[in-house]
Amino acid sequence: MRGRAVTLPVLAALALLLVSCNGAGDTPPLPSRGPGIPAYGDTLVDGTIGEPSNLIPILATDSASHDVAALVYNGLVKYDKDLNLVGDLAESFEVSRDGLTITFHLRRGVKWHDGAGFTSRDVLYTYRVIVDPRTPTAYAEDFKQVKKVEAPDPYTFRASYAKPFAPALASWGTTVLPAHLLEGKDIAASPLARRPVGTGPYRFREWVPGQKVVLESFHDYFEGRPRIDRYVYRIIPDTSTMYMELKAGGIDMMPLTPVQYRRQTDTPDFTARFNKYRYPSASYVYLGYNLRNPLFRDKRVRQALTSAIDKQEIIQGVLLGMGQVAHGPYKPGTWAYKDRVKDFPYDPEKARALLAGAGWKPRPSDGMLVKDGRPFRFTILTNQGNDQRLKTAQIIQQRLRAVGIEVKIRVLEWASFITHFIDKRNFEAVILGWTITPDPDIYDVWSSGKTGFKELNFVGFRNAEVDALLERGRRTFDTAERRACYYRIQDILAEEQPYTFLYVPDALPTVNARFRGIEPAPAGISYNFIHWYVPKEEQVYSP
Amino acid sequence: MDFRTSFFYTVFWKRFRRNRFALAGAAVVALLFIVSLCAPLIAPYDPAAIDAYRVLLPPSASHWMGTDELGRDVFTRVIYGTRISLYVGFVAVGIAVAIGTLVGLISGFYGGWIESVLMRFVDIMLCFPTFFLILAVIALLEPSIWNIMLIIGITGWMGVARLVRAEVLSIKERDYIMAARSIGASDIRILLLHILPNAAAPVLVAATLGVGGAILTESALSFLGIGVQPPMPSWGNILTSGKDYLEFAWWLSLFPGLAILVTVLAYNLLGEGIRDALDPRIHG
Amino acid sequence: MIAYLIKRILLLIPLLFGITLITFAVIHLAPGEPVDMQIAMSPKVSAESRQRIREFYGLDKPLHVQYGLWLGRMARLDFGRSFAPDNRPVTDKIAERIPVTLSLNIIALALEFGLAVPIGILAAVRRNTLVDKGITVFVFLGFAVPTFWLALLLMYLFGVKLGWLPISGLHSLGSERLGTLAWFWDLAKHLVLPVGVATFGSLAGLSRYMRSTMLEVIRQDYITTARAKGLSERAVIFRHALRNALLPVITLLGFSLPGLIGGSVIFETIFAIPGMGQLFYQGVMMRDYPLVMGILVIGALLTLVGNLLADICYSLADPRIRHGKA
Repeated sequence: MRGRAVTLPVLAALALLLVSCNGAGDTPPLPSRGPGIPAYGDTLVDGTIGEPSNLIPILATDSASHDVAALVYNGLVKYDKDLNLVGDLAESFEVSRDGLTITFHLRRGVKWHDGAGFTSRDVLYTYRVIVDPRTPTAYAEDFKQVKKVEAPDPYTFRASYAKPFAPALASWGTTVLPAHLLEGKDIAASPLARRPVGTGPYRFREWVPGQKVVLESFHDYFEGRPRIDRYVYRIIPDTSTMYMELKAGGIDMMPLTPVQYRRQTDTPDFTARFNKYRYPSASYVYLGYNLRNPLFRDKRVRQALTSAIDKQEIIQGVLLGMGQVAHGPYKPGTWAYKDRVKDFPYDPEKARALLAGAGWKPRPSDGMLVKDGRPFRFTILTNQGNDQRLKTAQIIQQRLRAVGIEVKIRVLEWASFITHFIDKRNFEAVILGWTITPDPDIYDVWSSGKTGFKELNFVGFRNAEVDALLERGRRTFDTAERRACYYRIQDILAEEQPYTFLYVPDALPTVNARFRGIEPAPAGISYNFIHWYVPKEEQVYSP
Repeated sequence: MDFRTSFFYTVFWKRFRRNRFALAGAAVVALLFIVSLCAPLIAPYDPAAIDAYRVLLPPSASHWMGTDELGRDVFTRVIYGTRISLYVGFVAVGIAVAIGTLVGLISGFYGGWIESVLMRFVDIMLCFPTFFLILAVIALLEPSIWNIMLIIGITGWMGVARLVRAEVLSIKERDYIMAARSIGASDIRILLLHILPNAAAPVLVAATLGVGGAILTESALSFLGIGVQPPMPSWGNILTSGKDYLEFAWWLSLFPGLAILVTVLAYNLLGEGIRDALDPRIHG
Repeated sequence: MIAYLIKRILLLIPLLFGITLITFAVIHLAPGEPVDMQIAMSPKVSAESRQRIREFYGLDKPLHVQYGLWLGRMARLDFGRSFAPDNRPVTDKIAERIPVTLSLNIIALALEFGLAVPIGILAAVRRNTLVDKGITVFVFLGFAVPTFWLALLLMYLFGVKLGWLPISGLHSLGSERLGTLAWFWDLAKHLVLPVGVATFGSLAGLSRYMRSTMLEVIRQDYITTARAKGLSERAVIFRHALRNALLPVITLLGFSLPGLIGGSVIFETIFAIPGMGQLFYQGVMMRDYPLVMGILVIGALLTLVGNLLADICYSLADPRIRHGKA
């Protein structure tokens, strides 16, 4: 998920921590060389298409900024390799029995990169600045549920809620900011945006605009000094160039495209020098319909559209088979995911029948569908810079033409796509993707209360039962009860088809084989970065 | 009119015929016209026919230039791309020539403040890095094929305007224009019947060279993702879709790349050939 | 000479005015209001700060007033703040990127002149021989090949296959610890491909121009006279013809600049060079209006300055102007 934003930027609000990928891994290739002896030193050079915009993460919505921030800052909690929430800056935490209060016991002796000590004052400040209406952040929503915060002593922090709020604990994974450098100042004008100070394993060293961001290991990091001495993000705007840089040794790590993974990297030369990894990414891609549009108001029409689309074909053509069919908004294998939902598999005959039932009959001249003399035609919008979505749109276009529906495709640059089309609800259908958060709360995307201006339920889905289930699901900490709610929601979404859920793509990162200690897990590969190492004799960059 | 026909058949054609490069250029240009007119007859497949199970196949008997990233026949798309690319080239140049000729004629013929204002405007437009202007307008509006042609045209007329103006200035004082004036011919009549035909030669040269330039501009826009939008095939966007697979799916970039190369080369050689054949100084 | 200069500089004023006017018009072609975009990027911007932005850019005023305000700020070199999330002053963003683009283009320009002039002359002197034809095909090939394609092919050949040259960027990692000489050598290696491709692409225009001017000059009376006087062909070409043929080429110098700067969008994107072209492309894509306006104006200004310099050179070289007859 690197480079140009691939999902709605606001979406990151749902996915505070989700910079890394997660998912059950398929078996990784064993490193072709032995493990070697762990050592300090060397540099990892990562490639990024976009330059980070702002290194105060609550002010940034692009993935490049969040990638850098993930190494510089910590939250109170984090997801471990199996996606369980564990303490990070908090040594431990407890949730009161009624679920209304969370108490965090903070680690002692944690240092900011400038040497100052970390205390509950920093957490207090972070909370206050996020909910401050003057702060231009997209991440305030979860924290507005908080009724009261207190810091009884420098190493205790407590947040209380008016009602139980299941995503509350995860929300404290937000990066904690240094109060001693920010308090009483305008955060939007802070120099920390370009020279961040955090508590994380890497400290900021330099940022050469348009070229690179350099981080170096923080020797006083509370989990120990990271093995790799330096982390460099090189900014390379073109994907073809980036791939050549990888092959020439100019960068050590990048996400591969399906074609690169399957067809270009099986050479002995490549496999000797690089390790490839593959696991389901935490995101899904969908075709969403504007439900305010009379064209899509009839659910039989939406069911027909889904029946007319061959999802397997899309996975084959676009992902070369490296992805899974999506039936709903969750990732296969996670606890909220319902395996069997009554869906609409590819069946063009059924699609025609459903459309006929909704009044759309083929025109004798060319077989295109018409109703009341009007042909069935609409435009699919998608964002520029995402090759996979454009290919998906073209495959869908061909399948829908086969049942008599004329589809046009329009590719829009991201910012204007959001402002002029999504925010203004000025679209017929879109192909976009959502990040799947470890917590299954999907209130913001599906609640009928979130259909307003700039809110995330932009297709305008309204279903009273779903509303009630969403509310129930976030007001209890009981997993079984939450699962029941989300199972039922998946059934309803499968019947209603407000989106045609398309696929969950696989993440395909590749890393230079000199890096050892990489252990793919449901959380992806970067969760244990501080334990990656390069044996002394294979180190490339001197300190 | 007489003057032009006789000139064409005698001097021009004699000279042009001797220039092998120009002849080759003309032949390629003619061939491209035939290809784009007969695209549906030549192309074996539907340019939009996707086959998700046959992506990026190498060239074979059934797919002469292989298949692209969606399993479409590259040969078919390159053939149809000829249409789109030439279309972009011609319409863009047409717009540039129309504006340039108008501005050049008016400023050359009327002179005075009209000329100063128009020529200042030409100077101003020439100051902008053209590609910046094109980029700004396309990205702010939308990259439809119409916008692309329009903006390449609107940013490319200044050279023509200067040429036409210079030509008008040199023709204006000739005897036959004076004669026409003295028998009371109107401005419009003089401009259209007497001056325009004589200014046509350098404009033709500029236009020929311009077509190649417009095709290149479209391919650069495609590289940045704001050229002619898929599924409509242009050489630029086929080439761009192949740039990620240079080494293993070489067919996807090689053929459209060569098509652009050969076409632009042909238009340039043709343009130069016409210029040389028209230019009395060089052949003295 | 002084009078000529003053006149020449006064002439710039209407041009400057026109440049700003066109830039302003281009930006206002776009649908919607510039401020929409900034709000979009930070969804929580309040109505109050929206109003503040509107006032800062004068968006609540009629267009001609907006233009006046913008012009006024620009006269103080204030292009406003970028709409990108970094929110930095546009002047800073442009200033840190202009040196790269400018120096790259000056090197390319120098190379272009250094190569195109001699091969243009060669083509003219050896007119219609194999040399002439070879040169013709060579320079036109450079013009006709899509630059990004050629760039990628060369990157693959020299960077990946042969490993002779770095692929992208300006410096190797750790270059800051190299000695001065090694540092320059490192930089030079990084510049070979981008500058080489840019130069190859721009040879055609100038060398063809050089060829035809040269042919023209050779036919002039005084050259015939010089020949008749029994001067060697070499002397005729270099002492007499060249000087006169080179004069108009100086004017071309100024006009090559906008083309090169425009082309830098492609080069800088593909070679990951942090210059103004890359910045402009990013700005345009995210509708960063203050940045786009700033770069358009600066880009055009650079051309103006280039033209002015070319004119001054011309006037220094041309005795008619030097002696104050113009």
